[in-house]
Amino acid sequence: MYSYDDIDREMLIDRVAEFRAQCARRLAGEITEEQFKPIRLMNGLYLQLHAYMLRIAIPYGTLSSAQMRTLAHVARTYDRGYGHFTTRTNLQLHWIKLRDAPQILDDLATVGLHAIQTSGNCIRNLTADPLAGVAADEVDDPRIWAEAIRQWSTFHPEFSYLPRKFKIAVTAARRDRAATRIYDIGLRLHRAESGELAFEVLVGGGLGRIPYLGPTVRQSLPARHLLSYLQAILRVYNRHGRRDNIHKARIKVLVASLGAEEFTRQVEEEWDRTDKALVDLPDLELARIRANFAPSGFATLAPASAAFESAKAADHAFARFARNNIVAHKTPGYCAINISLKVPGETPGDCSAEQMDLVADLADRYSLDEIRVAYEQNLILPHVRLDDAPTVYAALAGAGLATANIGLISDIIACPGLDYCTLANARAIPVAQDIARRFADPDLAERIGELNIKISGCINACGHHHVGHIGILGVDKKGEEFYQLTLGGSGDDDAALGQILGPALPADRVTPAVDQLVQVYLRERRGEERFVETFRRTGLAPFKEAVYADAH
Amino acid sequence: MPTLIRWSDGVAHEAPDSFVAVDDDEPMPPGDVIVNMTRFQAEGDRLIGEGRRVGVRVQPNEAVEVLAYDLPRIAVVALVFPKFRDGRAYSAAMLLRTRLAYAGEVRAVGEVLLEQARFMIRCGFDAFEPADHTGAEDWDLAARRYRHVYQRAADTSSPAFQERAGA
Repeated sequence: MYSYDDIDREMLIDRVAEFRAQCARRLAGEITEEQFKPIRLMNGLYLQLHAYMLRIAIPYGTLSSAQMRTLAHVARTYDRGYGHFTTRTNLQLHWIKLRDAPQILDDLATVGLHAIQTSGNCIRNLTADPLAGVAADEVDDPRIWAEAIRQWSTFHPEFSYLPRKFKIAVTAARRDRAATRIYDIGLRLHRAESGELAFEVLVGGGLGRIPYLGPTVRQSLPARHLLSYLQAILRVYNRHGRRDNIHKARIKVLVASLGAEEFTRQVEEEWDRTDKALVDLPDLELARIRANFAPSGFATLAPASAAFESAKAADHAFARFARNNIVAHKTPGYCAINISLKVPGETPGDCSAEQMDLVADLADRYSLDEIRVAYEQNLILPHVRLDDAPTVYAALAGAGLATANIGLISDIIACPGLDYCTLANARAIPVAQDIARRFADPDLAERIGELNIKISGCINACGHHHVGHIGILGVDKKGEEFYQLTLGGSGDDDAALGQILGPALPADRVTPAVDQLVQVYLRERRGEERFVETFRRTGLAPFKEAVYADAH
Repeated sequence: MPTLIRWSDGVAHEAPDSFVAVDDDEPMPPGDVIVNMTRFQAEGDRLIGEGRRVGVRVQPNEAVEVLAYDLPRIAVVALVFPKFRDGRAYSAAMLLRTRLAYAGEVRAVGEVLLEQARFMIRCGFDAFEPADHTGAEDWDLAARRYRHVYQRAADTSSPAFQERAGA
């Protein structure tokens, strides 16, 4: 993985020094909260319902053991001993004191972590395929390009006051595990017919109040021109994106109002006039970044493992874990292990300092010192020998980290909701907890199979409800929490926006309704059909009928 | 004479400002003036012919490209920040410097705050009318807070990739 050199380190040191001085001015009353707000937001510090929240960037979801230990240290020392992993693969600490913030950033900087551009109307922390370097279907490691973008976009003088926040996702695999169609810019690396690496560039996807799947503005951009093309897109957006209405300020609204064709024309025109050599990274620098991601430390192993197979045969629980949480690795004899942060009844994405330390230790010993954070709010040990998988499983199980539900109905995405967030209309966490408890029986969950439930506490859609197989949106009806259900969404290759099932339901009707939807699916499904496939075949009618039968 | 902050040769310093900002409906005073784009288009030739220096004030919704052919005779382009959050003027400054090769003064006016000093300088601004009562010393410090930059802009800083290559 990428390791910081002196320049990267000095960038962080200078940033912390700047913020320390700014905090001192605020604490001394020299500047008002109003003046301080944009400054703290640029450092990931939000003022929430109960306290300050610090959002720490985990660039493209990759962490070293030392970094994870530092996150544990920060959670333990300055917060309540746990943190919350988000759908943008960041870590949020919800109980921070302003006076501690500079010291926290200092501690984080010692291991190359920071909170830069995790907030504000700038280019935010990037996300990438969580199985980068693992999946056999990738043409390159997407993190090479994500790191190039990270550097280019950090403290970008022209693009730090955009009309609105700006999010970029990168994948280099055939299968889209980075939800690139719901991003401001989605980048899909592939090999063009010429054999050279090229990006399909999607612009203007996004959820929130008005959801869009991003259209393709360029099918095959030579990879070496990535940064100059991004500059052209951002410049068109910075100049022409709406600034009069915060709800219409994202790039998706500009793309939709101009039309993808006209937007593309403007970008291409801007790009044609760009002196690309001044913006694009020289090959030497790309090679330097690439070298950081070269596979290293892998042993030459047999593809199959007797220890792994016999553990599966001997232990039903491990066999279930292997079925649901362990995925294939492109290196023979290795696998990637998903760690679910979705224990039924607990808060999705929460992780205690002790659990972080354990994951760090396991990564250190068994996963070539690497950890990934997936946007589904789970962790991954990406490079584990199959031989070691039973040992790793046992250690995870001992810490409550071996829930075998990846991709299943209890693997629910939920935003922090009204329990923490000032924007929320309704709680999301208790809804997730209640549904997960209903489907806590692992046999039942496996019988239902792949089913993604995504819950947002408000229209801003941090819980990605539009792209849940079952999406749940919290709304406020005269001071009471109601929930609107959508069906058939997906953020994957078969990306689609969910359709509204019917009138919003009161909180105590949500879990029974999910139960009814599942019953309809189990009744209607043909063969190996997943929930979303059955829905696409049957349409809304049988599902709607079941949930709203009483209302007739 | 009023003053502004000027950035030249890598230093911020206070400098006298000979220009008077003139609105569309105001009578034209003698001496150096900064006028809006429409007034420049109507009266620019005459004003320049009188031997005075003329600047143009550009609102964020106006395209600097419109001035392309006039730039050699424009002494100041004053880019307006109606709110500090409105970042359109950064692109305008970049275009003036890197595409239109404008060598005159690019001035930041409106809600111009110390916290934006570095970004403005990097995009090619070289004169500032701060709205937050900060002085040249503050701007000088703010401009130097960071030792490195990651990308090329309109200034002379070497980006990280160039530093790494030893260039």
